Amino acid sequence: MELVLAAAIGILAASGTWLLLRPRTFQVIIGLTLISYAVNLFIFSIGGLRTGADPVLHHAAGDIAQYADPLPQALVLTAIVIGFATTALFLVVLLTSRGLTGNDHVDGEDGTP
Amino acid sequence: MPDATLPSAILALPFAAALLLLRPRGRRLAVWLMTGTALLGLLLSLWLYPAIANGGALRQVIPWAPGLGLDLVLRVDGFAWLFMLLICGIGLLVGIYARYYMPADDPLARFFALLLAFMGSMLGIVMSGNVIQLVFFWELTSLFSFLLIGYWHHGASARDGARMALVVTSGGGLCLFAGVLLLGHVVGSYDLDAILAAGDAVRAHPWYTPTLLLILLGAFTKSAQFPFHFWLPQAMSAPTPVSAYLHSATMVKAGVFLLVRFWPVLAGTEQWFWIVGGVGLVTLILGAYAAMFEQDLKGVLAYSTISHLGLITMLVGLGSTLGVVAAIFHIVNHATFKASLFMAAGAVDHEAGTRDLRRLGGLRRFMPITATLALVAAAAMAGVPLLNGFLSKEMFFAETLAARQGPLLDMIPVVIAVAASAFGVTYSIRFVRGVFFGRVPAGLPREPHEPPLWMRFPIGLLALACLLVGMLPAQVIGPSLRAAAAAVLGAGQVPEYSLAVWHGLTTPLLMSVLAFVAGCLLFVSLRRRFAALETAPLTGRFSGKRIFERVMAVVAADLPQRIERRYPSRRLQPQLLLIVLLALVAGTLAATSAPFGFRPRWSSVDPAFALLWLLGAACAIGAASQAKFHRLAALVLTGGAGLVSCVSFVWLSAPDLAATQLLVEVVTTILILLGLRWLPKRIEGLAAESRVHRFRRRRDMVIATAAGLGVASLAYAAMMHPVADSISRFFLERAYIEGGGHNVVNVILVDFRGFDTLGEISVLAIVALTVFALLRRFRPAAESINVPLQQQRQTALDAGQPDRAVDHSLTDYLMIPGLIIQLMFPVILLFGLHLFLRGHDLPGGGFVAGITVAVALILLYMARGARWVETHLRVLPVRWIGLGLLLAAGTGLASLAFGRPFLTSYFHYAELPLLGRLPLASAVLFDLGVFCVVVGATTLMLIALAHQSLRRPRQLPATAEGES
Repeated sequence: MELVLAAAIGILAASGTWLLLRPRTFQVIIGLTLISYAVNLFIFSIGGLRTGADPVLHHAAGDIAQYADPLPQALVLTAIVIGFATTALFLVVLLTSRGLTGNDHVDGEDGTP
Repeated sequence: MPDATLPSAILALPFAAALLLLRPRGRRLAVWLMTGTALLGLLLSLWLYPAIANGGALRQVIPWAPGLGLDLVLRVDGFAWLFMLLICGIGLLVGIYARYYMPADDPLARFFALLLAFMGSMLGIVMSGNVIQLVFFWELTSLFSFLLIGYWHHGASARDGARMALVVTSGGGLCLFAGVLLLGHVVGSYDLDAILAAGDAVRAHPWYTPTLLLILLGAFTKSAQFPFHFWLPQAMSAPTPVSAYLHSATMVKAGVFLLVRFWPVLAGTEQWFWIVGGVGLVTLILGAYAAMFEQDLKGVLAYSTISHLGLITMLVGLGSTLGVVAAIFHIVNHATFKASLFMAAGAVDHEAGTRDLRRLGGLRRFMPITATLALVAAAAMAGVPLLNGFLSKEMFFAETLAARQGPLLDMIPVVIAVAASAFGVTYSIRFVRGVFFGRVPAGLPREPHEPPLWMRFPIGLLALACLLVGMLPAQVIGPSLRAAAAAVLGAGQVPEYSLAVWHGLTTPLLMSVLAFVAGCLLFVSLRRRFAALETAPLTGRFSGKRIFERVMAVVAADLPQRIERRYPSRRLQPQLLLIVLLALVAGTLAATSAPFGFRPRWSSVDPAFALLWLLGAACAIGAASQAKFHRLAALVLTGGAGLVSCVSFVWLSAPDLAATQLLVEVVTTILILLGLRWLPKRIEGLAAESRVHRFRRRRDMVIATAAGLGVASLAYAAMMHPVADSISRFFLERAYIEGGGHNVVNVILVDFRGFDTLGEISVLAIVALTVFALLRRFRPAAESINVPLQQQRQTALDAGQPDRAVDHSLTDYLMIPGLIIQLMFPVILLFGLHLFLRGHDLPGGGFVAGITVAVALILLYMARGARWVETHLRVLPVRWIGLGLLLAAGTGLASLAFGRPFLTSYFHYAELPLLGRLPLASAVLFDLGVFCVVVGATTLMLIALAHQSLRRPRQLPATAEGES
């Protein structure tokens, strides 16, 4: 389980990093999305992986051995929503820059692939 | 015994009055507010006297962040009280004076608002019982001084002088802040009383010297001590009331105030003696020397102020208790005679139209009263007997004689003290002689006459104070001086001193006589030279102003430019490369330097999960390779990777995350799809690939692989590391008992960490509004403006067939799915509501429900088109955002009404008809706010982007703007 997820996080991060270093805005936005998947999974996994644990309390108070760790989940949940907001903002900045500079290079200058 | 809350009233009064003047008001009201506030402050301060008369201190503590040692502590002791009298008293006189001094067409509201705010800040400094608070007010005075110097901001010299004063004094303020932090660390408290009690510990601490240096930097810059004295003459571009108030009587005294205040803590060491005494001595003689050669009236007074501040600094630096008493005495004396001299100089400038000593003369005949008053004040400045300046100067001489150390330094301070005193006599004579005596020069800009009564009144009052203190010192100033000295030194430590005019034939008296005679001789012999010289000989070439400007040019312009040229700061790509490389290096360093404290072991591999991530990895790599030429494919593949991580969340017992991830995935994809239309076409194989590009790709591939490997091993190590006891246990145990919900994740979001969530939805709202604002002025590239090819073809097809109208296929597009979506719309809304209501106990909640509703809306847009939706449904996303923020913040604030901290939640189970037993936690209301913000923000962004396609192209000007 852990090994697979770690490898998955690595591949997502590597693909994202590669795209991040590309010159086109669209590549960068996709790269950021992939990196955010990797980071979300990473933060989520910090609490240890649990399959079949209860996410919702059955009794008044729960024990950590029986239930899924709620803390990383709460962290990642907000991260997902904020990630969406930044993606949207970046997309609009990207479109505006495309309108202003006439191309979709991250530095606003064409000529390099 | 006066009330203990009085100090806070005195402090708040000027700020409140300044706030009243924020809106433009009449001149008369402004004057009344200024003088009334100062008078009230003065009376209230006087009323405080019984509380501090015996060396006691009045303390008022308003807790703010007690855990950090930060409280609003107001502490009034005898020393602070004396300063409060100065600040309020001279503030009152300056207010009266400014009413007649300032030009008649100046509305004065802004002027007096700034002056009042300065008064409050200065009161804040002297009343601070917490050193951090002291620094805060310290910087405030620098700021208001900046604004007041630059009050006539159309003049370049005012702006330059203001900037220089701000840079020097607030820079010193930063040093002071650092020093105070060190001091607080050494003592273990930021409370002034605790610090004052810990003098021995501070002096013995190894950090004593850096602490001392930093605090001294603050004090020296503020009090214009050498080598930071150059800002004060430049600050003379300020209106004269400001110079009289800030730059002679109060603000520049803040530095020496600090020295005296910290005297019990920091003084008594070698470093203190040499640095403070030495700087004071140099400033004393340099200021007096430069003052003799000034041609500008206010310039003479400015350099004289520098010199007198040096005198006070030197007194404090000598380290004896008598020196401190003399310093306090001279602070008061200097404030009275220098403020009146500044006002007299202002009156001369006001009446004669010039401040140039070479152009003035003989004004005694036109303004005899002003001349007499100025004469008295100048005599006090020169140290003539029967005036207050004489008394403190005698004490100063006695102290320099007493502080003689070693054979080499035996006489130097004494000689310098006498020389500076002689120079003081010279420039005082020059000031009076040059302005009021001699022939009346031809060509004065204005015909001079006596200034109005109320302009003379403040000068007269201060001159009277000089006389009274000079003749009856023990009666007039004796008790308050003793109270102030007792407050600084401790009640039992005040040395014996005598405030008599005549002490008999003593050495200090002889020194005074010597200085007086030398000063007179110097004036007579050098009279002609003074008028002929532009700058002072010897020192005039070393202009602090020029050095400052050169340093500023290097630090603020040349250096940044050089760095900017060397570093590719304008280009994103190299920056991102640098960031990634730095992260790699840092990660490698961390991994190699601190070995893991456990042994990694193999984990079991679930084949189904591995298969799932095989798919996910393929999607990610595919997206990476296709993002350049096949954007749609890349987007779909990214969505695939997102879905796989969503499934993983379900697999790993996190249904809340999975739901959120799934919905956000949908919304993000739609958003990027909407944006794709505006990107330029990119066709594979058109441009030949050069070697540079191939090299870059390989390089990036290597970097990306390294980064991936690093992240993977880090993640693996983190997962295999045994989990320490985290706060999750707390959340699990308290979620139901205190938060009233079974869904712990939701309870954390809306209850335990509600403040974080409030911040987060604010970010969301800000982003949505930013997106909206950016898109309002969106200018697409020329080639993307035309209707897409597919749409063009359909329109052409429609036009060619007799039974079809134009745009027919556009309206019929997705007819059946559209109808289904329209029918499903209320169902999805209901599902969103369901998700919201169950959120506290089962997976769901405001975020998920909000995105669900937004998805429902956007599906409707896709199915029926924006025009149809907007004619049938009023979607007001901005209102949703506003309502949501208000709800969330309001729920939080409501708990304040019950005396609980912000965002405390309350819950209760209630039986509702039809719905049954429902948890009614106040957190649900908060969650409703979250829900509204998410709905509003998401729809706002999507709709704003979708509307771009509806806007008419720019070929039709004029109407293009207001379209969306």
